[in-house]
Amino acid sequence: MILELRNVSYRYRKGALALDDVSISVDDGQSVGLVGESGSGKSTIVRLMLALAKPTSGDVLFEGAPLTPATIRRFRASVQTVFQDPYSSLDPRQTIESIVAEPLRSLGIARGDEARAMVAASLTSVGLPADALSRYPHEFSGGQRQRIAIARATVCHPRLLLADEPVSALDVTTRIQVIDLLAELRDSAGLAILMVSHDLSAIAALCDTTVVLHAGRVVESGRTAEILTSPREDYTKRLVEAVPRLPAL
Amino acid sequence: MSLLSVTSLGVHTSAGKALLSDLSFDLAAGQRLGLIGESGSGKSITSLAVTGLLGAGLTASGSVLLDDVEVVGAPERRLIPLRGRVSSIVFQEPLTALDPLMRIGKQLAEPIARHRGLRGTALRTAVAEALDEVSLSDVRIAKSYPYEISGGQRQRAAIAIALASRPQLLIADEPTTALDVTVQAQILRLLDDLVDARGMALLFISHDLAVVSAMTRDVIVMSAGVAVERGPIDRVISAPQHPYTAQLVGSARALDDMLGTK
Repeated sequence: MILELRNVSYRYRKGALALDDVSISVDDGQSVGLVGESGSGKSTIVRLMLALAKPTSGDVLFEGAPLTPATIRRFRASVQTVFQDPYSSLDPRQTIESIVAEPLRSLGIARGDEARAMVAASLTSVGLPADALSRYPHEFSGGQRQRIAIARATVCHPRLLLADEPVSALDVTTRIQVIDLLAELRDSAGLAILMVSHDLSAIAALCDTTVVLHAGRVVESGRTAEILTSPREDYTKRLVEAVPRLPAL
Repeated sequence: MSLLSVTSLGVHTSAGKALLSDLSFDLAAGQRLGLIGESGSGKSITSLAVTGLLGAGLTASGSVLLDDVEVVGAPERRLIPLRGRVSSIVFQEPLTALDPLMRIGKQLAEPIARHRGLRGTALRTAVAEALDEVSLSDVRIAKSYPYEISGGQRQRAAIAIALASRPQLLIADEPTTALDVTVQAQILRLLDDLVDARGMALLFISHDLAVVSAMTRDVIVMSAGVAVERGPIDRVISAPQHPYTAQLVGSARALDDMLGTK
C-alpha cells in the first residue's frame, strides 16, 4: 500500500468536525476517485495525504507505517501533486525548466545535465515541445500549463499522483486531453492516481474505483461503473441524477 | 418588435485587438437564447456590451437596440433607465456580485424601493416575498451577510436582486458554474420557472452544452469572438455544421458517455 488514511478524523481548532472516521487507501497502479461537493472534506483529505496537516485521530500511513523524519524525503519523492488552478500553481517568474526541475532540486535527486535530461523527458511525456524549457508560464494556455504542472509532479517518477480537481479550471475540449494524458501516465508508467473532483464525468473517465464523500464521511465506495449505474446511497443517487446530460440523439 | 436587437456588434481593445466581431441576433419579448462557448469566445463580453457595461479600454461598434434605445456609444444617463427596468444580469460568482458589507435584505430592498417606490412595511413585505420567490423563506437570510450563507443561497439572493426590478430581459452569465452539481440543478429549475412565470426573455450564457440544453431551445455557438453556428440546440448537438461545434459537441458527448446511460 503506498498511502493509507486509516479511521481518520479531523477537527478544526474551533471545534467543527471536517472528517469523521474516514478510511481510504491507494496501492500501486490503482486509480481512485474522490468525489464530493463543497464542504465534503475533499481538500482536508488532500492536506492530510500530503502531510500538510495532522489528523485529530486515526493514522496516515506511508508504505504501511506512520511518517517519520527518516521517511519524509522518500514520501515526498513518492507522492506528488497537481492542483486545480494552473494559473496560480506555476511561478510566473521562473522558466519552465526551473519550474519542472523543482522537485529534483529540493529532494536532491539530480542536478546539472542529468536534471536537464529528466526535465526534457518529462516535458516530452506530457506532450510539450522541447523548446518549452526556456519559456515562461504566461506564454502557455491553461491546458498547457496543467501539462507543465503534471510534468513537474512526475519528473521524479513518483508512485502516486494526488490530483486535486486537475481539470476543473479547463475548457471541455482541453479537459478531455488532460484526462487522456493522466490515463496514459497511469497505464504506461504504472502511476497510481488519486483524483479529487466534484466532476463525476472526469472521475468516470479516469478512476477504476470511487469514494463518495459527504459532510466529512464516506457514504459509499466501490467500482466507479457500479457507483454510477447503480448507486446504493440516497446521496450518491442525488449526485448522479443532478449531473446535466446532453439530450439523447 | 424585438426587445433586444444586436446588429454587427464588435468589441475591440484600445490596442485594436478584436474580442468580438460581427455578432447579430434578435431576442423578442419572452424569447430565450443560449450563447455557448469556451474561454475567450466572447460570450461574456457580449453580455457586457449589450447592457453598456464594457470596462474601460474596451470599445463597442455596430448596434445594440435594447427596448429601442441604442446602447452602443450611448452616454451613461441614457443607459441608467434601461438597467433593472429592461434588463438585469445574474453573474457567475455571487460572492463578488453581492456587496460583502451589506445584509442580503438591504441589498434586495434597494432595487425594490427604487423601481417600485415602496417604503416601510410595504417594502419589508416585498423583500420577504422576493426572497420567498427564490425559496429563501428562512427569515434569517435577510439579516445575513453574504459570507454567512451558502453559495447556492447567495446565487438565489443574486437572482432575487436581479428580478426585483421586474426586468423584461434576464441575462444569466454562467449562473451555475461556481455551484455544486446538486445546487446547480436546483438553481436551473428555479430560473426556468421564474422566467416562465414572469414571461421574461432570457439570454443564457454558458460553456456547458448540457446546461444550455436544459434552458434554451435556440443557441449561438461562439469561438474566438465569432458566432460560428446557430440554430435549435437539438440540431446543433445531433448534426453540428462547423468543425469547432463538432469538436465541442464531441468532447461534451465523450464526457457524457463516461457516465454511462441513465
